[in-house]
Amino acid sequence: MSTLTRRGFLVGLGAGTGLVLGAQRADARSLEPAAVAAIPFEPNAWVRLEPTGELVLTCSRSEMGQGVRATLPWIVAAEMGADFDRVTVVQAPGDERFGNQNTDGSTSIREFWPLLRELGATARWMLAEAGAAKLGVPVEGLVVEDHHVSDPASQRSIPFGELASAAAALEVPHHVELRPELAHAGKALPFTDARAIVDGSAVFGADTLLDDLVVAVVARPPDLGGHVVSFDDTAARAVPGVLDVIELPRWRAPAMFKEVGGVAVVATNTWAAMKGRAALPITFAKGKQGGSTTEGDEVAMRALVDTRGRRKRKVGNVERALDRAERVHTAVYEVPHLVHAPMEPPACVVSFTDDHCEVWAPVQAPQRTRKQVAAAVGLSHKKVTVNVTLLGGGFGRKSKPDFVREAAILSKAVGRPVRMQWDRADDIRHSYYHACSIQRMDAGFDEEASLVAWRHRVCSPSIFSTFVPFIQRPQGMELGMGLMDFALDVPNIAFETHPAPSRVRIGWMRSVYNINHAFANQCFVDELARGEGISTPAMLKRVLGPPRILTEREAHANIMNYGSSHQEHPVDVGRWYAIVDAVVEASGYEGEAPDGCAFGFAAHASFNSYCACVVAVGKDAQGRPRVEEAWIGIDCGQVMNEDRVRAQMEGAVIFGISIALYGRISVDDGAVQQGNFDDYPVARITDAPRKTHVVLASSGEAPGGVGEPGVPPVAPAIVNGWYALTGERVRKLPLVGS
Amino acid sequence: MSDTMTYTLTVNGEERSLDAPADMPLLWVLRDLLGLTGTRFGCGQALCGACTVHLDGQAVRSCVTPVAAVGRRRVTTIEGLGGSAAEHPVQQAWMAEAVPQCGFCQAGQIMSAAALLANHPSPSDEQIDGFMAGNICRCGTYDRIRRAIRRAAAKGESP
Repeated sequence: MSTLTRRGFLVGLGAGTGLVLGAQRADARSLEPAAVAAIPFEPNAWVRLEPTGELVLTCSRSEMGQGVRATLPWIVAAEMGADFDRVTVVQAPGDERFGNQNTDGSTSIREFWPLLRELGATARWMLAEAGAAKLGVPVEGLVVEDHHVSDPASQRSIPFGELASAAAALEVPHHVELRPELAHAGKALPFTDARAIVDGSAVFGADTLLDDLVVAVVARPPDLGGHVVSFDDTAARAVPGVLDVIELPRWRAPAMFKEVGGVAVVATNTWAAMKGRAALPITFAKGKQGGSTTEGDEVAMRALVDTRGRRKRKVGNVERALDRAERVHTAVYEVPHLVHAPMEPPACVVSFTDDHCEVWAPVQAPQRTRKQVAAAVGLSHKKVTVNVTLLGGGFGRKSKPDFVREAAILSKAVGRPVRMQWDRADDIRHSYYHACSIQRMDAGFDEEASLVAWRHRVCSPSIFSTFVPFIQRPQGMELGMGLMDFALDVPNIAFETHPAPSRVRIGWMRSVYNINHAFANQCFVDELARGEGISTPAMLKRVLGPPRILTEREAHANIMNYGSSHQEHPVDVGRWYAIVDAVVEASGYEGEAPDGCAFGFAAHASFNSYCACVVAVGKDAQGRPRVEEAWIGIDCGQVMNEDRVRAQMEGAVIFGISIALYGRISVDDGAVQQGNFDDYPVARITDAPRKTHVVLASSGEAPGGVGEPGVPPVAPAIVNGWYALTGERVRKLPLVGS
Repeated sequence: MSDTMTYTLTVNGEERSLDAPADMPLLWVLRDLLGLTGTRFGCGQALCGACTVHLDGQAVRSCVTPVAAVGRRRVTTIEGLGGSAAEHPVQQAWMAEAVPQCGFCQAGQIMSAAALLANHPSPSDEQIDGFMAGNICRCGTYDRIRRAIRRAAAKGESP
């Protein structure tokens, strides 16, 4: 058994009727015992065992399809020896006492599993002690399983519920031992919300029904920074059901998480609000981005990547090495702006009363939402309650509570609870977009075919521009996603950045900059392989170098590493090799592709996990690329919920197909041109591979991320497969478009 | 601008009277006037299928179906498909295959699948893809949707 390093500070709460455990601070990384003592005692139950045996477990993170409402509570239950069928999951409201609740960065399991195991083990220890006292036997021989404390020697057994009160009277132990492994780890777990989803009772952002509820929609300026000059609300107010027409505060940089301005129509129902908006002539003035076009920006970005940029990494002398190289390969790769387009467009309910504001919202960042709402309506955040509903998809969009601020402002203005409803055009035109990029790659080989030079230039706007407008080039955190941390065994290396303007709010979308960097790296590796006459996986291994663990400096772990320590999650080239080999073997990549298809391969490591992808690419009836079969492998360390890991990998393939084939957001005169699934297509069932094989190749290491790392290798694998099939080398996404 | 009229709809077997303008989409009648929130709003233009309901057993996109066009046809929503026990074979198959991820599109997916199986009890792979092509799932659960439809179809065939 392993003894856990103390990560959380567990507290027993009011003996009362049952056993209740909390953690005063769940943010393991910032925990200091001295600081804990200063925190006022405010109960926040994570574990509550009722005398009936009902076990109530708190989920602190937001559910958006990744299965977190099953997996997080299950870790507690499994460590505790509880029957998961007796568990009720409650969703934590936004509150700093639950630790960092930002459900992004594929962090929920890898950050919280130590605390959750400790909570479960603590409860188990206390129940065992209570059981030992009741049975009159030493605690050492007892077995805690299946919601019972049992003494095998006497074959006596006590259900958890009967021990709850006695356990609650015990002191919370300071050190507990974890089980050597979690029972059933890797098996399919119950799916907490499956039933509510299939019977329609699941509550998403727009589904909270309150007395006196009104609905608001907003006509927003078409360009970021544009503003309302004037409007005539006569016709809008004449629409039956329309109650009010209200101008929202004018937007000013920096964007942060603020609403973008415009005019709201408030009505008794959604249709009336939409009709009112349609009948509302507004004169907007253009802001600073007026006149800008994506095409114009791309011309400038292409010119920039042919020039030397700002050095972010330098090993040896890459210019001299490229000059002296026997063969130099050069390619420029382009990824456009993308948008999350979750199936649920932003929607939420906010009820503002004199000194309190209650929110029901599908948000990935409930604590941020709480603070933003508080700021928007002028309350202390302690006067704001944020209830987290299910998220109808998040992908990073719902980390940004601009839409909740809108609802809060309007609820305060009209004095009634407001449902804010975005339609699809609102969602696609007023998002926080995935950053476009143009990247130039250069590699040099000497006469012995050794790779002697590698230069990677990236021109891309930065997420930081949303917060600090003058930041115009990718920062360390962004370069740390698949560029700076990409293992390279090359004697001369240069990484360089160039600035790109932010015409729109730049945000994070599932896998973030890894999408861009994996696209450039993995397409380039495929081009090098074909140029040098070896297989793509073999070229990847040549680029990565021999299996080894990168030093902290080589991995640039200090600038990113997805929030993990280098010690726990170093960059391990051996894990790259193992997942590449597993997927190459499973797919038969080195043999014949299925009829009418060619194989494409790519791999990528991100979020402390390692992924590889092989696709069999064919053509559909119109001659466009179609992924007929896909193999996607992940080494995410220890697997907590195998079925949800598989589901995330299956979904990553589809998300990657959307990126490879369809996604492109473009700007004209500062305004996003796309507005629905006709001009921003995403993958449909007809685009889905006939078969998707998920290869789980766990290394047994600490858990890595799962929600995001599957996405980055998919698009380059498809592009590489399309080349193998047709000889057409596509370096600019998307392959098909709208 | 259309005036408000009184409509009587048969929704999930119950007669419901409501006042609405003729052009109000059935989606908003269900969600806002009748409190049936299981039918979801995804695109408003019949492009994504999240709002799929049945009229006399046929799948329609409620976001582009004006209330005046419903007439006497029976409206079935996800809440009425399999009753409070979610007993419809498609719902059961959806749970058995653990299809949903976020779940937002799944009511519409299930309504489409149920209509498909009502018309084609043993659909081919092409029929499944063809019929379900109007329902987008951004999480990417398509392979499990196919599996669940095949499972429900196989159950329908057994004696």
